[in-house]
Amino acid sequence: MSDHEDGSHLTEMELRVRALETVLAEKGYIDPAVLDLIVEHFETKVGPHIGARVVAQAWVDTAFRQALLADATAAIAASGNFPPVGDHLIAVENTPDQHNMVVCTLCSCYPWDVLGLPPVWYKSAPYRSRVVMDPRGVLREFGVALPEGARLRVWDSTAETRYLVLPRRPAGTEGWTVDQLAALVTRDSMIGTGLALTPEGDPQ
Amino acid sequence: MNAVHDLGGMQGFGEVVREAGEPAFHADWEGRVLALQRAVLYTRAANLDGFRHAQESLSARTYLSISYYHRWLLALTKLTLDLGLVQGEELQTGHALAPAKPLGRRLTRAEVAAAYLRSPFGRNPQGSPRFKPGDAVRTKNLHPEGHTRLPRYARDKVGRIEALCGCHVFADSSAAGMGDDPQWVYTVVFDGRTLWGEPADASLTVSIEAFEPYLEAC
Repeated sequence: MSDHEDGSHLTEMELRVRALETVLAEKGYIDPAVLDLIVEHFETKVGPHIGARVVAQAWVDTAFRQALLADATAAIAASGNFPPVGDHLIAVENTPDQHNMVVCTLCSCYPWDVLGLPPVWYKSAPYRSRVVMDPRGVLREFGVALPEGARLRVWDSTAETRYLVLPRRPAGTEGWTVDQLAALVTRDSMIGTGLALTPEGDPQ
Repeated sequence: MNAVHDLGGMQGFGEVVREAGEPAFHADWEGRVLALQRAVLYTRAANLDGFRHAQESLSARTYLSISYYHRWLLALTKLTLDLGLVQGEELQTGHALAPAKPLGRRLTRAEVAAAYLRSPFGRNPQGSPRFKPGDAVRTKNLHPEGHTRLPRYARDKVGRIEALCGCHVFADSSAAGMGDDPQWVYTVVFDGRTLWGEPADASLTVSIEAFEPYLEAC
């Protein structure tokens, strides 16, 4: 780095971000060391592993499942088994009759506290434009075929509520532990663009 | 505002493209932009609704052609410029030239956990909710020039109140710098065919979260 102290090796985006950060820091509005912590948190601490454990717990514990469906933020806080989540998290349960899918057509609202950062496709124009109108077409692209007769419900995150889909528990997992079950809960199954994996770890 | 961010029901964007093994950030600067956004909003000089409105105010061409965090950078730059926190010349030179403005608070190491979680948006209600679960409602035919969270595909449509979700900061007011103006929020469900006509999947329902001022009885 010493031969590039003028930043000449940086891309235009890096230079622009660095300029904004430096000016805000020199004025005392922000502390760059705190930014490091925020980046580390979102890069390494939060992710779908949190939501997967919440789902697995709901599969094995009826009281927790009912509390989660009543008020997901409160149920997760009360259980003591998970990191805290912010307000207004709503869990929506897939059943044999109804499959749920989540989108934010207006921006990219997503339950970061339980799923981490959203993937690029979730924030993209194709997903946001199509899933409210043609969810079955979107599901086909994700390789998901719904059972005959299943209704589709799309939840558009237009306010400050956030949604976590509770996928159906795969058959053949009776007696499994929360850890074993969590390994079958994919990120996409908690958005509704996928299903939980089979006991063999394959897509259904 | 009726801008291109309001994507629901638009056609022609093609297939959903997924990336195998996608990283949290595709470049280090993306993480810095996310962290900057958290730290700037923490000062209370700006709010999340204003940040969203700044993104919506980008030209359609820009909005659709740049990456997510690039859009965040442009929105954050616009907000900080508009608020007078930074000046164009400072961003050109990469250094502060003018004295800082006094701000409400600054995110420190001790308080950083506050930037990890979503802020609470619930507020004390000013009155009783006008609707209850089961009520039929019609969304208003609104086309405000400012920020709104009623998507175009769900305007002037008959739906049903499914749930009352609390009384929250009203995004339309907050984005305009007019304060929280708390409003009741409802889950409103529409039949797919109400939104998209006869060819739509008869088994489809779509819900939005609607602030009470978006709704009228029907």
